[in-house]
Amino acid sequence: MTSQKRIVDTRINGVSVSFIAEPRETLLEVLREKLGLTGTKEGCGNGNCGACSILLDGQVVNACLVLAVEAEGRDILTVEGLAQPDVHPLQQAFLEHGALQCGICTPGFLMASKALLDENPRPTEEEVRRWLSGNLCRCTGYDKIVRAVLAAAEGVSAQ
Amino acid sequence: MTTHAAVETAVETPAETTVTKTYRVIGTRPIRHDGMEKVTGKALFGADMRLPGMLYGAVLRSPHPHARIVSIDTSRALAHPEVRAVITGADFPDITRDEIADLGEGAIGLRYAAQLIMARDKVVFKGQPVAAVAATSRRHALEALALIDVVYEPLPVVEDAVEAMSPDAPLIHDDLYTEVPGGERSDKPSNVALHVQHERGDVARGFAEADVIVEREFRTQMVHQGYIEPQAALAVWEPDGRATVWCSTQGAFTVRKQLADQLQIPIGRITVIPTEIGGGFGGKIQVYLEPLALLLSRKSGRPVKMWMSRSEVFQATGPGAPAYIRLKMGAKRTGEITAAEHYLVYDAGGFPGSPVKSACVVGLSPYRIPNFKIDGFDVVTNKPRVQSYRAPGGTAAAFSVETVVDELAERIGMDPVEFRLKNAARSSDRMTNDLSLERIGFVEVLEAALNHPHYRAPLPEGQGRVGRGVAAGFWANGRGTSSVQLTFNPDGTVNLVEGSTDIGGSRVALAMIVAEELGLKPEDVKPMVVGTDSIGHTDTTGGSRVTYSTGTACWLAARDAIAQLKGRAALLLGVDADDVEFRDGVFYANSGEGRSIGIRDVIARLGETGGAIVARGVSHGLKLAPGFGAHIVDVRVDEETGKVDVLRYTAIQDAGKAIHPTYVEGQMQGGVAQGIGWALTEEYVFKDGVLQNPTLLDYRIPTAMDLPMIDTHIVEVPAADGPYGVRGVGEVPIVPPPAAVANAIYRAVGVRMQRLPMSPERVWRALQQAAAEEA
Repeated sequence: MTSQKRIVDTRINGVSVSFIAEPRETLLEVLREKLGLTGTKEGCGNGNCGACSILLDGQVVNACLVLAVEAEGRDILTVEGLAQPDVHPLQQAFLEHGALQCGICTPGFLMASKALLDENPRPTEEEVRRWLSGNLCRCTGYDKIVRAVLAAAEGVSAQ
Repeated sequence: MTTHAAVETAVETPAETTVTKTYRVIGTRPIRHDGMEKVTGKALFGADMRLPGMLYGAVLRSPHPHARIVSIDTSRALAHPEVRAVITGADFPDITRDEIADLGEGAIGLRYAAQLIMARDKVVFKGQPVAAVAATSRRHALEALALIDVVYEPLPVVEDAVEAMSPDAPLIHDDLYTEVPGGERSDKPSNVALHVQHERGDVARGFAEADVIVEREFRTQMVHQGYIEPQAALAVWEPDGRATVWCSTQGAFTVRKQLADQLQIPIGRITVIPTEIGGGFGGKIQVYLEPLALLLSRKSGRPVKMWMSRSEVFQATGPGAPAYIRLKMGAKRTGEITAAEHYLVYDAGGFPGSPVKSACVVGLSPYRIPNFKIDGFDVVTNKPRVQSYRAPGGTAAAFSVETVVDELAERIGMDPVEFRLKNAARSSDRMTNDLSLERIGFVEVLEAALNHPHYRAPLPEGQGRVGRGVAAGFWANGRGTSSVQLTFNPDGTVNLVEGSTDIGGSRVALAMIVAEELGLKPEDVKPMVVGTDSIGHTDTTGGSRVTYSTGTACWLAARDAIAQLKGRAALLLGVDADDVEFRDGVFYANSGEGRSIGIRDVIARLGETGGAIVARGVSHGLKLAPGFGAHIVDVRVDEETGKVDVLRYTAIQDAGKAIHPTYVEGQMQGGVAQGIGWALTEEYVFKDGVLQNPTLLDYRIPTAMDLPMIDTHIVEVPAADGPYGVRGVGEVPIVPPPAAVANAIYRAVGVRMQRLPMSPERVWRALQQAAAEEA
């Protein structure tokens, strides 16, 4: 049951990275099990929960729904690359607002929120809720997450 | 907005000191110590662990809800070139002891737990493990599962608990008998494992005294905790018989005990190290993967890592119990409740152990009811074996009580909050199981609800019919035992070593207690959660016990530290220890003309005053510190579709003392969100015992778009024990929401909902039926 492996050349968090992948492997499997980038989490494996949200050429995607071979020539940003090197305003806002309890969904929320603010630097509460509805959190009831994203947006545009 | 009102009461702490009401650290909102790792992706959760040479495990699960296992042939799987080990029930020791294992929250018979972990001769729910494989990759392990040949003989499926109680129902376990009130056992095997009963007064007389009687029938569905992190474990078996397990668990010590019981290994040879945990809510206490990974490691000689897929989580872990409930309640026109009859059937799934006992307490204990009779039944069916889910048993019981209370208030023409106030339990009242409530703040919570701006505000405008509902909720809160140790660094900072898995910010709250007592900043106290070899026994993170019980241990450890440091300060100050006084982080020489030395200096100079010190604290035997809440909700009902939208939500709760208000609010908001999901969208849909919706798309937990901001109002009535009067806060907020939402739906459209979830279809049908009855 072997399949033809391929070398995939990518940029991950600003650094050139090449890895060997089977065609059936997901980008999430490669990030976590081959590259040790375990900040990207597996909550469902089928695109329902958003815990594995990453940016692929600036677009937010679920890494569990991307085949690793599709990452050829692409630019990937994971939560490990968000603080470069200073803490990102979203990370700081999540800490100050207590926007995490267990923390398992946090990397996904941070990456999805970054994609939102990159596209829409001053979102309304409604826009934040709509954008983040692909990311599930079971601890917070979203209240403090939404507040943190709105606060980060204030901070980002004030700079 | 969040409001925060303290009730002025002096508090006795465990060491009989009256604490002042102003604190330097308690009640502030420092950034949590483990926050940076969690926002940068460095925090290691269960599935993030790895070891050199590690194998990956996978589980073969029963496709049948009820079947006899005729044979299992693993030879083809073992022949797979990448497979290193295969295990089945035959690899587990026989469990002959017939005792109940207390998991810290929830309990299960040892022999049933053995079958829950790995089926032996039959399966009783779809998803029950029948074999497990370790291979060089997860893909290979999953492939190899298809090479295991199992022959089943399907048996009749019992899906509904009420039907399972019928004498004609097929028996799921031929060795299960009913434990009846008084502790006797039924003559014949049954699907009813337990009948629990509480009685007080004379129910017939109580109903005769009532002017109004309401009797209703309720059904709630199986729901899942929905933690975002699936179960995960990494295990290593050493050739000399020692075992180490890293896992995502609410309690490392209960995992160690369960492994020792199930694999019959001496408990001292097992080390369990808890990883960060991605949610639990009661669902990560029972072990599932840990014993499988350990046996696979023993067989393969390699470390083995396992984690569940989401559909495995839904089908093979322990959801919250469904319930069938009847409630009859009577009240006088003047507002006093005179009698109640509560009949509760809780579905345990494949093995006994639903939370019906706590349901029989949570339901009626919030009210002073002179005459009541409660009958609760724990029943097995061919569904996943339930586990604790946040205030286990409480939400369904409160759904019945709080909607009937609402209806009684309406029938006698009284404000529903005033009606509750009139009947509310007070301090030292006895719960239905006769235990004292100790000091409680239910009246203060209800008064806060009555006076809350939300309760008096005009209803939101816009399309659709709008209504406002209220409901109360209660949880007795956990106690148990916890151990804490403090060590000291040359820069004057402190290490706080403890064993309570941090699921929602407990590390920072515990560090704040130590910082408050020692006169340090929260960031000068470094909290760490360690494994079973590194700290004294600590009970499970469950039942809302950590801030209360582990917090007490922290408080005691800080007192121990002060006592020891006083002697060192005395040496540095050149006075007797008896002449040293400690205040706000400074040791003063009473007779020393104002001479003093700061605690950080004393810590920094331990080397020159006699060497290291270790301080410790252990909590046990604390009094109950029950929590009460009241929720106010505005909903809009779309009459054409039956869809219910939550427009505004306010949760009011007695926290005793909010150590870190941000995380108290977070517990309240999170509990409300889960409760709204339970109320409106979440349910296991079964067909012949087979779950039809084992994904997060089809099992619909609330998203950010489904909820408004959830306002919180913290009331502080100090508990009778523990530091600062703190109470657990995690469980209470999931108790009121379904009843509050149901009461709001009634106010909006005039139909009373008695089934959960109150999905668009159910609400629409109820509206159609009401219209038909009117016509």
